Amino acid sequence: MNMPPILSIMIFLPLICAAMVALIRGEKGEEAIVEKNIKHLSLFGSLFILAFGLFMYQNFDPKASGFQFEEQYTWFQSAGISYHLGIDGISVFFILLSVFLTPICILASWNSVKTRIKEYMIAFLVLESFMIGTFAALDSILFYVFFEGVLIPMFLIIGIWGGKNRVYASYKFFLYTLLGSVLMLLALLMLYVQTGTTDIPTLIANPVGFEMQKWIWLAFFASFAVKMPMWPVHTWLPDAHVEAPTAGSVILAGVLLKMGGYGFLRFSVPMLPEASLYYAEFVMWFSVIAIIYTSLVALVQEDMKKLIAYSSVAHMGFVTLGIFSFTQQGLEGAVFQMISHGVISAALFLCVGVVYDRLHTREIGSYGGLVKNMPIYATFFMIFTLGSVGLPGTSGFVGEFLSLLGTFQVNTVVAAFATTGVVLGAAYMLVLYRRVIFGPQDNKDAAEMKDLTPMEKSIFIPLAILVFYLGVFPNVVLSRISPAVTEIVSIYEAVEATPEQASFGPENTNTEEEEGE
Amino acid sequence: MELLAVFPPLFAFLIAGLFGKNIGDKGCQFITCMAVIVAALSSISLFFDVILTENMVDAAYSTVLANWITSGDFTVQWALKIDQLAIVMMCVVNIVSACVHVYSVGYMSHDPCKGRFMAYLSLFTFAMLMLVTSDNLLQLFFGWEGVGVASYLLIGFWNHKHSANAAAQKAFVVNRIGDFGLALGIMAIFVVFGSIEFDTIFENAEQHAATTMSFLGFELHALTVICLLLFIGAMGKSAQLGLHTWLPDAMEGPTPVSALIHAATMVTAGVFLVARFSPVFEYAPIASMVVTVVGATTAFVAATIALTQNDIKRVIAYSTMSQLGYMFFALGVSAYGAAIFHLMTHAFFKALLFLGAGSVIHAMSDEQDMRNMGGLWKKIPVTYAMMWIGSLALAGVWPFAGYFSKDIILESAWADHTWFGDYAYWMGIAAAFMTAFYSWRLIIMTFHGAPRASEKVMSHVHESPSIMLMPLIVLATGAMLAGIVFYGGFVGSSTEHHASAETHAEITPAAGDEHGSDTHESETHHRSSLDVNVWSKEYFWHDAIKVLPHNDTVEAAHSAPFWVKKMPTAVGVLGILLAYLIYMVKPGSAAIIVRIFKPLHVLFFNKWFFDPIYHCLVVTKSLALGRLFWRSDKVIIDRIGADGVAAVSSRFAKGLSKFQSGYVYQYALVMIIAFITIITWFVLKADPSFYSVSNIQNVEGLIR
Repeated sequence: MNMPPILSIMIFLPLICAAMVALIRGEKGEEAIVEKNIKHLSLFGSLFILAFGLFMYQNFDPKASGFQFEEQYTWFQSAGISYHLGIDGISVFFILLSVFLTPICILASWNSVKTRIKEYMIAFLVLESFMIGTFAALDSILFYVFFEGVLIPMFLIIGIWGGKNRVYASYKFFLYTLLGSVLMLLALLMLYVQTGTTDIPTLIANPVGFEMQKWIWLAFFASFAVKMPMWPVHTWLPDAHVEAPTAGSVILAGVLLKMGGYGFLRFSVPMLPEASLYYAEFVMWFSVIAIIYTSLVALVQEDMKKLIAYSSVAHMGFVTLGIFSFTQQGLEGAVFQMISHGVISAALFLCVGVVYDRLHTREIGSYGGLVKNMPIYATFFMIFTLGSVGLPGTSGFVGEFLSLLGTFQVNTVVAAFATTGVVLGAAYMLVLYRRVIFGPQDNKDAAEMKDLTPMEKSIFIPLAILVFYLGVFPNVVLSRISPAVTEIVSIYEAVEATPEQASFGPENTNTEEEEGE
Repeated sequence: MELLAVFPPLFAFLIAGLFGKNIGDKGCQFITCMAVIVAALSSISLFFDVILTENMVDAAYSTVLANWITSGDFTVQWALKIDQLAIVMMCVVNIVSACVHVYSVGYMSHDPCKGRFMAYLSLFTFAMLMLVTSDNLLQLFFGWEGVGVASYLLIGFWNHKHSANAAAQKAFVVNRIGDFGLALGIMAIFVVFGSIEFDTIFENAEQHAATTMSFLGFELHALTVICLLLFIGAMGKSAQLGLHTWLPDAMEGPTPVSALIHAATMVTAGVFLVARFSPVFEYAPIASMVVTVVGATTAFVAATIALTQNDIKRVIAYSTMSQLGYMFFALGVSAYGAAIFHLMTHAFFKALLFLGAGSVIHAMSDEQDMRNMGGLWKKIPVTYAMMWIGSLALAGVWPFAGYFSKDIILESAWADHTWFGDYAYWMGIAAAFMTAFYSWRLIIMTFHGAPRASEKVMSHVHESPSIMLMPLIVLATGAMLAGIVFYGGFVGSSTEHHASAETHAEITPAAGDEHGSDTHESETHHRSSLDVNVWSKEYFWHDAIKVLPHNDTVEAAHSAPFWVKKMPTAVGVLGILLAYLIYMVKPGSAAIIVRIFKPLHVLFFNKWFFDPIYHCLVVTKSLALGRLFWRSDKVIIDRIGADGVAAVSSRFAKGLSKFQSGYVYQYALVMIIAFITIITWFVLKADPSFYSVSNIQNVEGLIR
C-alpha cells in the first residue's frame, strides 16, 4: 500500500499551523477579533491533526511487529544520520495521546489565558509538533533534537504564563532536564562511536559490549529518570506543575512525563539488555521508594496541584516497575499505565483548573462542599479520582495491576511494597476529594461558584468516556502494544538464556535499601 | 436469564444517574425498584432451573460476555459463572436488595436527593452481582472494588455531615488494605497456576498441594500463601478483627444502606470468597486454622462490644461483625455449606433488624441513642413484632432461621476435633450467650419501660407507612422460614435420615410460601418430585463447594452428642432471661453490674481501643512520615540538586565578579598570567619531547 508520509505530515502540520497563527495580525482596536481568530485557527488546526492521528490509527496494522509508516531520508550523509520516522504499537498510542490532549489544552486555555494569546498558541502547536516527533523518530539524533526541543516551548509556557514563582520553577525544570539530556547526548555519541550508526532499529539489532552498556545505560538513565521523574530527581515536577498554567500541567503530566518511560522502552531496554538486567533491581527499589515516599508526601499536601503532581510521581513508579520486570504483563502494563495516566492526570489537572479559574487559589482548605453548587463538576471529579485510585473498570486499574503482576513474577518483595501504594493512593485521593467536594461550605466565594460551562463539559466528557472505555475494553490498546512488547521480551529471553552477566550484586542492593530508609 | 438477573440494576443506575433530572425522583424510584425486582425474579427462576433440577444433575454453566484483558498468557474475560453457590448469593443479594429498594422509597421520602440514593443502591447491587457471578478472580475484584465504591458513596451520602465523610473515607481505605492482600493473592495465583480462572485453579489445586513458592524472600507452601492473602482481602471486606474498624463507623450512612450493604450482602463477600475457594483452602490447613481462629475471636470480641453500646445501629453493627465471625470459623473448619447457610439466614434476619431499627429511628425523628428511647412498643406494634422476629432468629431460638444455621456451625466446629475447632466452639457458645443478651437489651431498652424521649418526639412517634412495612414482612418471612426450609439442602446429610430431613418433607409447601410472598410467583413445586435423601448438601452444592472426605465436619456434626447440640439454645435462653432480669425486672441493676466489672466495661465500651491505637500507630505516623519526606524534598534533595547547583554557580559568578575590580593593573596581571599559561601550554603540547625523559636529563645536565 502506498501511504502518504503521514508521520511527517503530522509533525509539520502543527508547525505550519503555528506559522499561520504567527501571521495573523490586525489593526488597533481589532484585538478581540484577532484573538478569536487565533484561538479558532489553533483549535481547528489541532483538531485536524487529531483527525490525521485517527487516520493513522485506523491504518495501523495491530498484528504486525516492527515499525510501520516508515520514512527515511538522508540527513547528514557523512555522519550517517538520517531523517528516519516510524511507529510501533508503543509509540502509536503516545502520538495519539499527544494529538488528543493538544486540542483539549487549547480549549482549556480558551478563557483562562488573557495575555500574549498568540505566542501561547504558537508555543502549544510547536510543542505538539515536537512531541509527535519525539515519539515518531527512529534516529537517535533526530530523537534527541525533538526530545530536547520539547523543553523550549514548555520552559516558555511555565516561565511566561505561569504563577507567582514561575521563574524559579521554569529554571528548575530546565536545569534538571538539561543535566540529564547532556548525559544522554554523551551516551548517544558513545553509541555512535562504538557502532557507527545512529539508526535506532540498527542499534537495537547490534548491542554493544556489556562493560560499555553499563556506562551508556547510566547516562541514559540520568536523562530518562529525570523526565519520568523518578525519586530522588522528582522535585522539579511539583514546582513546575504548581507554577504552570492549567494547560501546561495537562501536557506536562499527560505527555512529557511519558517521554522518560518511552525513552526507557526505546533506548535503554532494547539496546542495552544486559545492562538493563544488571540494574533492574536497583531501578525497582527506586521505584518502590518513589511510590511510597511520594504517596506519603501527597498525603500531607495543602496545594491541589502539588498533591496531584506527587501522585504522578507515584504512578510513574508503577511504570518503571513494570518496564524493569521485563515480563510481557509488566511491560504492557507499564505502557498502558502511561497512557491511562496521561488521560487521568490530565483530567485531574483540568479539574483543578476549573476551580482555579473561578477562585484563583489552589489551596485545598479554601474549598469545601462544592458538591452543592457544582454537582456535575463533583461527578466528573469523582470519576477521575476513582480512575487515579485504580478502580477496576477504569483505565487506571489495568495498567497498575498488570505492572504489579509483572513485578510479582520477578520479585515478590518489591511487588508487596509497591502494592501498598494502592492503599496510600486511595488515601490521598479521597482526602483531596473529601476536602474539596464534601463537607461544610466554609468559604462563601467557593459556595457561589458556578457549575461547569458547556465548554468545560465538552472537555471532560471525552476524557471520562476514555477512562471507562479503556478500563472495560483495554484489549483495544493491549493487543496493539503486544507485538512490540513481545519483541522486547524475546530479547530478554535470549539474554537470560546466556548466563554471562551477573545480576546486580547483593551488597549493592543492600546499600540501595539503606538509602531508602 | 442470567443476564436478566445481573444487568437490570446497571441499566437502572445509568438511567437514574445520567437522566435523573429528566425523569424525576418518582421515575428514579420506579425504575430502580423495578429493575431489582426483575433481577430478583430472574435469580429465583435460576434457582429453580439450576439447583432444583428434576434429576439432580449439575446444571452449572458459564456465559462469556467479552474479553477484558489479554496480556501474553494472562487472559481475563467478562463472564457470568452460574453455579449453585453463585445462585444462592444472587438470590440473597437480589431479594434483600429489592426489599431495601422498596423500603428506601418510604424511608428517604424527606430527602432532597432521592434519585441519587436509588441510583447508588442499584450500582451497589450490580457490583455485588458481578462479584458473585464472576468466573475469574479479576472480575471478582472488579465487583469487590465496585461494592467498595458504592459503599463509600452511600456511607457518605449525607455529605454535609463531617462524620459521614470521615466514615466513608475510612471504609474505603481500610477496605483497600484488605484489597492489598487480595491483589497480591491474585498475582500469586497467576504465578502458581498460570491462570486466574476459577475452573482452572480448582482443577489444578490438588496438583499444587505440595508446591512451594518464594514469597517475600521465604520459600513457602504456595497454597497457604495464596489462601492467607485472599483471607486478608476477606478480612477487610467482612470486617474481621483487625480490619473491622470501618464497619461500626459505616453506620453513618442511611439505615437502608446499613441493612443492604453492611449487614446482608457486601460484608458477606469475604465469606463468599473463601467458600468459593474451598477447593484451594482444603489443601491449605494452616490457612484454614488462621481463618478459624480469627473468625472465632471476632465473634467473641464483637459480641462483647455489642453488650455495651448505646447506639441502636451500632449494637446491630457489632452483632453483624460477630455473626460474620461465626461464618468465618465455619469456613475454617471446612463447613462451607454451613457458612453459606448462615450467610443466607443472617442476610434475612439482620436486614430485618436493621430495617426495623430504621423504622424506629424514622419514628423517633432520627434519634439513634437507645437511652433516649423506651416505651415504644404500643405505638409501633408492627415494627416491634418485626424486631422480635429478627432477634429470635439472631439469638437462635427454634424454629427461627438462626437456630438452624448457628447450631450447625457450632456443631461443625466441635466435630472438627482440633484445638482451634474447640476454641471456635467455646468462643461461639460464649458469643451466642452474649448475642441473646444484647438482643433483648436492645428490645427492652428501645420498646419497654418508661419513655425517655422528650414529649415532642414522643408525640410524633408513628408507625411507618406500608411501603416500609411490606419489605419488613418479606424479610421476616425469610427470617422465620429460611432455616427450616433450606436446612436439608445446604447442610443436610445424604447418608442418613436426619430429623430435619423429615421436617423438610413436611414443610415443603412452606418453601413455596417463602418465595411466593416476595415474588408473587405461582407456587411451582419442582421439589415435589424429590425424595428426602436427595435433598442434601451433596446434591445441592454439586461441585460448587469442595470438601475433602476427611474434613467433612458438617457430616460429622450430625452425629454430635446431645449436649453439643443443645448448648447453643440453652445459653441463648439464658441470655434472654438474664437480659429480662436486668433490664426489665430490675432496671437499675445494669449500673451496678457495670460498676462491678468496671475494667471490662471500659474495655468493651471503648471497643477494645482499636481506633485510638490505629490512629496513633498508623494514621499519625504516616502523616508525620509524609511531612518528613516533604521536608526532605526541600531540605535535602533540592539543596543537593537544583538549588545546590544554582547556588554553586551563583557563588562562582559572584567570585568571578570580584575580578572586575576596574583596576588596570589587576587586568594586566591576569592577562600576563593567562598569556604565559597559554604559551606554556602550546609549547609543551607542540613538542612532546620537551618533557620526555631524555630532555629532563638534558636539563639536569645543563644545571650541572
